[in-house]
Amino acid sequence: MIELLAKTPCDGLLPRTIGTVTLTEISFEAITSVAPLTGQEDAVSGTLKAQMGAAFPKPGRTTGKAHARAVWSGLGQALVLGPALQPIPGAAMTDQTDAWACVALEGDGARDVLARLTPLDLRPSVFRQGHAARTELAHMSAVLMRTGESRYGIMAFRSMAKTLVHDVTEAMTSVAARTRL
Amino acid sequence: MRIDCPLCGPRDRREFTYQGDALALDRPDPEAGFGVWNDYLHNRDNPAGPTRELWYHDSGCTAWLVVTRDTVTHEVHRVELARDVKEAGK
Amino acid sequence: MRLPSGGLIDRSHPIRFSYDGHSYQGVQGDTLASALIANGLKTVARSFKYHRPRGIMTAGSEEPNALVTLGHGAGQEPNLRATTLELYEGLAARSQNCWPSVNFDLLALNDLAAPFFGAGFYYKTFMWPRAFWEMLYEPAIRRAAGLGALSGLPDEDRYERAFAHCDLLVIGAGPAGLMAALEAARAGADVILADEDSRMGGRLNADLTEVDGRPGPDWAADVAADLAQMDNVRCMSRTTVTGAYDHGTFSAVERVAMHLPHPGDAPREAFWRIVAKRAVLATGALERPVAFQNNDRPGIMMAGAVRSYLNRYAVAPGRSVAVFGNNDSAHATARALIDHGIHVAALIDSRPGVQTDLDVPLYHGQVCGSEGRKGLEAISIATASGIEKVQADCLAVSGGWNPSLHLTCHMNGRPQWDESTAAFHPRPGMVPGLEPVGAANGVFTTADALAQGRKAAQAALTDLGLKPANIPLPKAEDGAYDITPLWSVPGRGRAWLDFQNDVTVKDVKLAAQESYRSVEHMKRYTTQGMAPDQGKNSNMGALAVLADATGRSIPETGTTTYRAPYTPTTLGAIAAGARGKGFAPERFTTSHAASEEAPMVEAGLWYRPSYFPKPGESYWRESCDREVGYVRNAVGICDVSTLGKIDIQGQDAGEFLDFVYTNMFSTLKVGRTRYGLMLREDGHVMDDGTTARLGEHHYLMTTTTAAAGQVMRHLAFVHQCLRPALDVQFISVTEQWAQFAVAGPKSRELLNSLLDHDITGETFSFMGCGDVSLGGVSARLFRISFSGEHAYEIAVPARYGESLFRLLRARAETLGGGAYGMEALNVLRIEKGFITHSEIHGRVTAFDVGLQGMMSKKKDFVGKTASERPGLMDPDRERLVGLKPTGPVKQLTAGAHLFNLGEDAVRQNDQGYITSVGFSPTLGHFLGLGFLRNGPDRIGEEIRMVDHVRGIETTAEVCHPVFFDPQGGRARD
Ligand SMILES: [Zn+2]
Repeated sequence: MIELLAKTPCDGLLPRTIGTVTLTEISFEAITSVAPLTGQEDAVSGTLKAQMGAAFPKPGRTTGKAHARAVWSGLGQALVLGPALQPIPGAAMTDQTDAWACVALEGDGARDVLARLTPLDLRPSVFRQGHAARTELAHMSAVLMRTGESRYGIMAFRSMAKTLVHDVTEAMTSVAARTRL
Repeated sequence: MRIDCPLCGPRDRREFTYQGDALALDRPDPEAGFGVWNDYLHNRDNPAGPTRELWYHDSGCTAWLVVTRDTVTHEVHRVELARDVKEAGK
Repeated sequence: MRLPSGGLIDRSHPIRFSYDGHSYQGVQGDTLASALIANGLKTVARSFKYHRPRGIMTAGSEEPNALVTLGHGAGQEPNLRATTLELYEGLAARSQNCWPSVNFDLLALNDLAAPFFGAGFYYKTFMWPRAFWEMLYEPAIRRAAGLGALSGLPDEDRYERAFAHCDLLVIGAGPAGLMAALEAARAGADVILADEDSRMGGRLNADLTEVDGRPGPDWAADVAADLAQMDNVRCMSRTTVTGAYDHGTFSAVERVAMHLPHPGDAPREAFWRIVAKRAVLATGALERPVAFQNNDRPGIMMAGAVRSYLNRYAVAPGRSVAVFGNNDSAHATARALIDHGIHVAALIDSRPGVQTDLDVPLYHGQVCGSEGRKGLEAISIATASGIEKVQADCLAVSGGWNPSLHLTCHMNGRPQWDESTAAFHPRPGMVPGLEPVGAANGVFTTADALAQGRKAAQAALTDLGLKPANIPLPKAEDGAYDITPLWSVPGRGRAWLDFQNDVTVKDVKLAAQESYRSVEHMKRYTTQGMAPDQGKNSNMGALAVLADATGRSIPETGTTTYRAPYTPTTLGAIAAGARGKGFAPERFTTSHAASEEAPMVEAGLWYRPSYFPKPGESYWRESCDREVGYVRNAVGICDVSTLGKIDIQGQDAGEFLDFVYTNMFSTLKVGRTRYGLMLREDGHVMDDGTTARLGEHHYLMTTTTAAAGQVMRHLAFVHQCLRPALDVQFISVTEQWAQFAVAGPKSRELLNSLLDHDITGETFSFMGCGDVSLGGVSARLFRISFSGEHAYEIAVPARYGESLFRLLRARAETLGGGAYGMEALNVLRIEKGFITHSEIHGRVTAFDVGLQGMMSKKKDFVGKTASERPGLMDPDRERLVGLKPTGPVKQLTAGAHLFNLGEDAVRQNDQGYITSVGFSPTLGHFLGLGFLRNGPDRIGEEIRMVDHVRGIETTAEVCHPVFFDPQGGRARD
């Protein structure tokens, strides 16, 4: 039997620390999109909660915690990051485990770095811990979530991993250089 | 320019794609005749004042939106999910 | 000349710099302009058109004269204003627009020819003949008249773009702005305070006005320090808000590291987009000149600027200074001069009867001329008793103040004329949510500025549901502003209005005489207001002169308006974040790293291999021909992951697909794949591809690479806007799966050497699909073919993509095949007459590409009704055909047009065009696909092909578009 070797999207590119900010790749056992079919929203949310302890998230929100998180990812759709899910009756479920480059941006100044990349309002009073957004990051479509005081999760298309790392580290470089002025 | 997406909140224009008049929601019956179809496909008013337009939140939630705005003042009066507008129209 | 004491400068930090190659010294806190004045330099530039010597006129970003170039090579930056350039160790500036030097400029000959260079000169003189314009006039004019030059090399500096959000944006940190920011900050609002200067305080730093019983600069520094400490405040000095846009969006340029000798990785400039719920415009006012004969001589400056240089920079622009004005600013300057021990040669006030308690010679009259060889030496004063000459090496002028209301005009608002201040003031609501205060609002006392700043902040806070902090209002000067308008002093000779573009009073009068009576026409005719200062110094004066010349009042004549940006903005800053790799994302397939030898071709954002050259191959065609052979004779491997893949689920999934495709998908059996054609609602083809049925309520759609995004948006439109009741969900899985074509007679043999369980013709018949596994990894297998051969596409989760590609490629090579790229893929599909977006380019119908049979009669679908319009079913339309060359030239070219034999190759005779071509190694000649009028009925006809662009002509035979294996047996068997 042959053996297929797995590579992560940011293989060989991360981690990077510039100044006080660190960019690391995160891997999940599974990423599954969950989209309730007509009239199934409550039932799907209940089943999801039973399976992983987190309800279906409201727009702009996440539920759950670090290794079992559900992230709202668009109209009627969430991405479940963490455990592989059992089929949920009433939901369209799609394996997205390999579709996303997932990185964490952490440290003092992480918000300043993001402010160079996305037009999203990142003020701590507006984009709070537990919030998530589908937005533009550099020129990429991204899922952004605030997972800690100075920690953000970023998801971009796998094929754009190199651009993601390039654009984020460019911003990190500028922010770090500014603090030295 | 900013559009207050009912799902995502106020966002920069760069996240959206403009489509055209919201009358695109009112697809005629296949038998309505070429005149009606021509109007639906091609004929658009160009008002100075309030318009109803379709915008697509493509860098956001991927919802189609009906944006009511004024082409003179640029004021955005209303933003609704196109899905809701269409369903309410039935 | 540096004054012995005073100034907001640090004399203990000398700074060396050079100007035009000579070394000078300044101190920390200087601008280049103040340092040049400290070193006694008068002439620092030459004017745009006449190359007249010019000196520093202002102390701010409105400076029309003192433009310099910094740096060399790629870092060269022209047209920087010496008045805003902060001095740093090693700064090397040079004058521009002069040759060989600023003191001796040969093109000053233009000045002697001035009578010929009046308003409208370009339009009148160089009209005819046309060819002369391109060959002679324009190059000569461009060399003679022009501002500094770019290096032409890529700019290597770092720039940054950034976004910021706040409750209140305060633009300008003078007394009004500081007060607004402090009030809002204390109330807990998120505040951004942006100021153009390196030091907050605005005019307080130039006038030393007392606030709260203390020198203004101290008060400003304390407030700025207070604000800087607060978490809810972002203080942005060196930041010019350049534009106001819809819904509280503002652009701003921050000069991050321009003032530093060694910026490291810090950006030179940052381009900010600031979104503010409310904004306060506290940008102050700009002093305006008075036009009189030779008022452009170096040494003639604005009165307020002279105070800036004296008070802030402790430099004296002259030893014997005359002061001339129509308002109290002139008196303030005379007082400052005396305070600093400078001789005041004359105080000339054009207002009748105004007195002074200063011990200076006071004249009631107007300055009507200037003299001096390299700079100002004397002025002429016209009084009731005649003309008097006074020696002076500097003249400070004040024609009054214009509120800096520029940003209020950016959304098409028009300011209103105010008689009492002889200036335009902003009207309320010109930019929604933006409140002008202080001098920007036409209120010229410090006390009023402070009060208006606080009041505007309080109104904003109330709007935002916050409780005002009601901070105490500091005491400050509260004198009245008294002005009697004076725009131009009558007299002979040239009196300058627009210093930067060399426009004189005479030019404006001439424009009026020649019936350019509208301000907009006058501006375009004279070029007034079109230089980098955008008329900041000249619009008011020119308007007033035009009003006078046309016998109308100023408000009757017109108004001034301004567009973004407020100050010239470098393209580097505007393009920040979007240059080089930042321009667009790059998308790489998982096999990219295993395709190192292949030249890449960009397909949208994707990078795909063109071909895989082998040692000894010197030309791409050799590789391409070999790769076509792999697929026709053995097995070829191609990464097709870039095709869009959309996972569609729900009980109405079949009905949904029936509505978006022309053909039926609800009838497709599970485990089967079908080719589908998608139309736009106007009846033209949008896209095509195969869709597989993976389960009862589960489909997988494939789109072309080019249209993946468009199709996704279309599906969302159809679902949300047309058929929201359908119970269906869909999501892109393009990124999830790495997918490879395994094509050729040996494809099954290859797959069976890798798959955990062998497949057969029965388990995977043509257009079948299903799950398989390789090394325990589950994969999807589709028996589909874009080459016409027995072929498959195999998809694995993307993490395994590179590994699987290497394996497939290696196995293929042992079977006499290998990897193939886009070139071979293209030839293979042309041989089979398969269409791509070269053919379905947006103007073709299903009928045009011969697929009308795919349009179901049994159902409605998007595009159905429109596609049945008579004009779209006309047999005489340009329709898909194949072509092969028959003439002596054995080549076809894409983009070439088709004509009947014997007819001229002109538009009227056009019969069609070629969309795709390739050399077929299988058939041994060129093949083409194209569109020909009534094409399918003309098979066998000979046609003329002319490529006007490349200059290629041949004849071609019209063929059926399927050149190879028309029965399709190779793919099915
Ligand atoms: Zn949205």
